[in-house]
Amino acid sequence: MKRERTWINYYLQSTSGIVGAVLVLIMITLSLISAFSLAPHDPLEQNPMDALQGPSGTYWFGTDQFGRDIFSRSIDGMRRSLSVALLSVGLATLFGVTLGVVGGYLGRWIDNIVVRASDVIFAFPAILLALAIVNSLGNSWIDTSIAIAIVYTPIFIRVARGPVLSVKEMDYIKSARVLGYSSPRILGRHILPNVFAPVVVQVALSLSWAILTESGLSFLGLGTQPPDASLGLMVSEAQALAAFAWWSLAFPSIFITIVVIGLNLVGDGLRDALDPARRSTS
Amino acid sequence: MKKSSLLSRLLSVATTLFGISIFVFLVLRVIPGDTITSSLGIETGALNQEQIESLRKYYGIDQPIIGQYFSWISSFIQGDLGFSYSTGAPVLQLTKSALLVTMELALLGTTLGVFLGISVGMFSARKPGSLRDFLGQFFGLLALAIPGFVLSTTIVTVMANKFQYFPNGNEYMSPVEDLWMNLQQMLFPSLVLGIAVAAPVMRTTRSALLETVDKDFVRTAIGKGVTAKAVRLKHILRNSLIPIVTMTGIQFGYLLGGAVIVEKIFALPGMGRQILDAINKREYATVQSSIMVFAILFVTINLITDLIYRRIDPRIK
Repeated sequence: MKRERTWINYYLQSTSGIVGAVLVLIMITLSLISAFSLAPHDPLEQNPMDALQGPSGTYWFGTDQFGRDIFSRSIDGMRRSLSVALLSVGLATLFGVTLGVVGGYLGRWIDNIVVRASDVIFAFPAILLALAIVNSLGNSWIDTSIAIAIVYTPIFIRVARGPVLSVKEMDYIKSARVLGYSSPRILGRHILPNVFAPVVVQVALSLSWAILTESGLSFLGLGTQPPDASLGLMVSEAQALAAFAWWSLAFPSIFITIVVIGLNLVGDGLRDALDPARRSTS
Repeated sequence: MKKSSLLSRLLSVATTLFGISIFVFLVLRVIPGDTITSSLGIETGALNQEQIESLRKYYGIDQPIIGQYFSWISSFIQGDLGFSYSTGAPVLQLTKSALLVTMELALLGTTLGVFLGISVGMFSARKPGSLRDFLGQFFGLLALAIPGFVLSTTIVTVMANKFQYFPNGNEYMSPVEDLWMNLQQMLFPSLVLGIAVAAPVMRTTRSALLETVDKDFVRTAIGKGVTAKAVRLKHILRNSLIPIVTMTGIQFGYLLGGAVIVEKIFALPGMGRQILDAINKREYATVQSSIMVFAILFVTINLITDLIYRRIDPRIK
């Protein structure tokens, strides 16, 4: 007997999904290499004798004005970006989904407050709001993550609340209520599964936005501070160097772009795989 | 549109704005280091307690927090946005000129983005699954993934060093002072913002077109013998406009966020740079009022999009 195909099977059929997953996995692997200090050079180590060298066997991505290895700094920056993205999107998912599901299910004033509050946050361009919050909180990676989490929580509220609103009037929920099931049980067993698909897709897309926001902040001088490496900060420093050292600008830029492309492709693949209407008939 | 629904929409905009004002006020209140320390720097240490008290009184930060909020918001509504401590200029005056720069940038960026997005979207949708579709979609993906600051930095580096062309190195000229110079200075920043807008517009255009192609009225038009070009422009594109307009409105708002970074790189004296500068100088009043102005602009744009949307789609009441 043939087993029922899960969404993972469908996901693996999409080219963009696979390409995206490969790109993201490469970046995760590089981050782990940096996390376990296996990078070819110490990202902070200065070698003034080797300043501004082009890509070579010793320095794969070349060196910056202090003779620091750009490859090691790039993967260290990638590690920071991914950490911030994971923590911030994790927090945003947790709070957003909880508020959205509870608000949507209970309705009335609780829902009203949740919706109003997210409208307020929606009224700011993401980077501007993150900027103001980071500026108040501080520059550690946890502060940055909290700021980005606040910015992206309303998106998860909206994504989670929608399906709850459409499902909660359905007969099977009504019968569950008539049977006397508790609200937490109805929410957990009968409502939450409907929220799963859109939230998973949103997580992938939000990770890519979070990386863009994080690198944007560090480009502007908030978040990661020198001498620590961050991709946005490296691009910012490269402004003065790129004219005669293209590698200082090119490699960190390519890293950001690859991970964002990867996450977007993963998001597309997940959306197709999780949405029965979009599954290709094969 | 029904009057009552417009009224309730306006009412919800008003409550949102009220919420925003509280939020802006609170977020900036958490900033460490108060106005006195930030405007006097190390010299604060030389003040005695009495002098500090009188300065606190002068800046109004001796009042309880609710009082501070109301005195800020009531003067804000009356058009008094405070003074910039570093230059002494009224923030309202700074904001007026900065707002014009940002609005020009946003309008040019959106126009470029919509034009580019719709063109590439149409280009892609002509033959789904073909090489041209792949190229179009690849453009969309790149436009989405390359951060504005990377694109800007690259453009600045290449133009300034390879072509010795960098109009933004000169002093900023408003369109009234020197239109030609102004347009040159706006070209690259609005292109960077336009590319960011083009990505989602392109995706929306492509999927809306592909959806409309299969509709009965399109088949009827082709059956009637309408030329292929007329079908594409008058029947398909026109009926795909609703999602495109909505997406454009949303993007116009987000573009204001991108303006913060682009204005900094291209040295344009707009709202984004005003806020960044004020943040760096820790000027409460300027940051607070400027962010508030920014948010009002954003909410207004969303309201306008919503109204246009209701107008072109009669199904929405």
